[in-house]
Amino acid sequence: MNIHEYQAKQIFKSYGVEVPGGIMATTPANARHAAEQIGGERWVVKAQIHAGGRGKGGGVKLADSVQEVERFAGDMLGMTLVTHQTGPEGKLVKKVYIEPAVPILHEFYLGVVLDRGREMPVMLASTEGGVEIEKVAAETPDKLIKVGIDPLIGFRPHHARELAFGLGLTKPQIKQFGKFAAALYRVYADNDASLIEVNPLILTEGDRFMALDAKMGFDDNAVPRHPDIAEMRDLDEENPAETEAGRYGLSYVKLEGNVGCMVNGAGLAMSTMDIIKLEGGEPANFLDVGGGASAETVAKGFEIILRDPAVKAIFVNIFGGIVRCDRIAGGILEATRKISVNVPVIVRLDGTNHREAAEILKNANIDNIITANSLADGARKSVNAAKGA
Amino acid sequence: MSILVNKHSRVIVQGFTGKEGTFHAQQCIDYGTNVVGGVTPGKGGQQHLGLPVFNTVSAAVQSTGADVSIIFVPPAFAADAVMEAAGAGIELVVCITEGIPVSDMMLAKKYCQKCGAVLVGPNCPGVITAGEAKIGIMPGVVFKPGRVGLISKSGTLTYEAANQVVQAGLGISTAIGIGGDPIIGASYIDLLERFESDPDTDAIVMIGEIGGDLEIQAADYIREHVSKPVVAFIAGQTAPAGKRMGHAGAIIAGSKGTAKEKMDALRAAGVAVVASPADIGNKTKEILD
Repeated sequence: MNIHEYQAKQIFKSYGVEVPGGIMATTPANARHAAEQIGGERWVVKAQIHAGGRGKGGGVKLADSVQEVERFAGDMLGMTLVTHQTGPEGKLVKKVYIEPAVPILHEFYLGVVLDRGREMPVMLASTEGGVEIEKVAAETPDKLIKVGIDPLIGFRPHHARELAFGLGLTKPQIKQFGKFAAALYRVYADNDASLIEVNPLILTEGDRFMALDAKMGFDDNAVPRHPDIAEMRDLDEENPAETEAGRYGLSYVKLEGNVGCMVNGAGLAMSTMDIIKLEGGEPANFLDVGGGASAETVAKGFEIILRDPAVKAIFVNIFGGIVRCDRIAGGILEATRKISVNVPVIVRLDGTNHREAAEILKNANIDNIITANSLADGARKSVNAAKGA
Repeated sequence: MSILVNKHSRVIVQGFTGKEGTFHAQQCIDYGTNVVGGVTPGKGGQQHLGLPVFNTVSAAVQSTGADVSIIFVPPAFAADAVMEAAGAGIELVVCITEGIPVSDMMLAKKYCQKCGAVLVGPNCPGVITAGEAKIGIMPGVVFKPGRVGLISKSGTLTYEAANQVVQAGLGISTAIGIGGDPIIGASYIDLLERFESDPDTDAIVMIGEIGGDLEIQAADYIREHVSKPVVAFIAGQTAPAGKRMGHAGAIIAGSKGTAKEKMDALRAAGVAVVASPADIGNKTKEILD
């Protein structure tokens, strides 16, 4: 789960991680009030969407008057912001964040992320702030400093020193940086974050460090034990079909092809997409109905897949284990009776009681249900059906 | 003899009296697994499925001599259950539970290492030594005994692969689902090492997926240390970057963790990599003929 910049900064602030101190607004008038309340002479108006690269798309603007704040907010609210991270469809801006403009002496990068290889969080720092860290890692890896933090000891002063010396900071800066980095790690660890990025981290007057931008993602498995974080979820930022699938215990990801897939188990679901491609087709989605698969989940699966108008055929690929295939076959028939499935459905059931299942499907004699006797056979038939062959 | 578990393994079930624990414990018993009891805090002293229930793992170990535990505890409490088992001297901890926070698993895994316990999972189907012991939720009937070892991040894809191996006229020695989470216990390398030295295993099937680099580490290990033939399939060749594909760990981060880089690394290490999930069984047969 991801949150907005303004929410991440609220969390930062509560941990003593210095931020410019902004106010979120949903109307141009509120944006103006926010600027008046903040005071000063210059403000930054920032569109709040869950994607980076906002500046280039017109989602970050510097305003020299409260009138300008109001105008920029008016431009941004309701606009569809397209950045390299939103995809071509872009994202609708519903909130803006107003911050005082802060003098920038230098821009750094600071982040915390789980290093799966080392099985611990790593803190990453770079003197190249404002640049995407993947780019720094690829082009100038010597400018990227990485420090692994063993959860058994947590973040210690020597971790901060290693980063600070690597960044070439001066003595008074090192002390300030140490405080900032330690607080940032607490934000990460206390909240079960999976990613924090401060890009840029700025050095401002008085050798102070400040988070000019803030990005936070969380470990989905841990969100239930942080109700305050769970409340920050913004469903507008998520794909509605994926969210709905999640409510029913299904895992769905929309893709660009025309062969719908319904599979039990994530590994088998990915493999099903792969074999469709190998047979010359394009998968329309990833859909894992769970290791079990019942009549209800199968029905919901059909419903979600069929909402995508590109789908021309559906490949149901179930390996029945503990859940018997004959019961799943019954579930498929029940589901097709409940929802009108108007595309060919290719059903491949293997595993426990698959012969009985094939019998059930055959006897039902439904025109658009085509049975397949193996993974490859099912994929081939699905691809052909989607092509209208 | 196969690896990790056999008919002499003495198994307890943590989360024994719950719905999942009860159902799968019964399935394991029916398969012939030597289940000796279970743990449900607060229900110690009772009998369940004809076996003793204990309040703590250490009480269960003391009374039954258990050396293996299988965990069906809800995600919020599962890491603690893993640590309890490791601390009580359990040698093999199999954690089925899906949805355990990463920060919990980081510590649980380190603690298992400190205690010398082998952890399998979490978020996995478990371990089965065909014809001897099923310590997991897989359909035992699919895993006909034979001489092919199976290591997989997946559940149903493991069953699919085992089924193909059996259809090809072969069978399974031991199959291990290592789990689809970002942090898991035993990984490919640990198990490849055991299969390499197992006299009852002639070939190894390895099933991976997008995300992380365990398959690439495995490729490096195979090149140096594995003489037995290895067949591999990597799921997610068509998965888009940045999207989680069901498993918490199945995500391509930036350009890292793609199926292609894993397939290339395994091929370069001399592994027979199949592009199609339908070719796993035939390829294994072909290599052994």
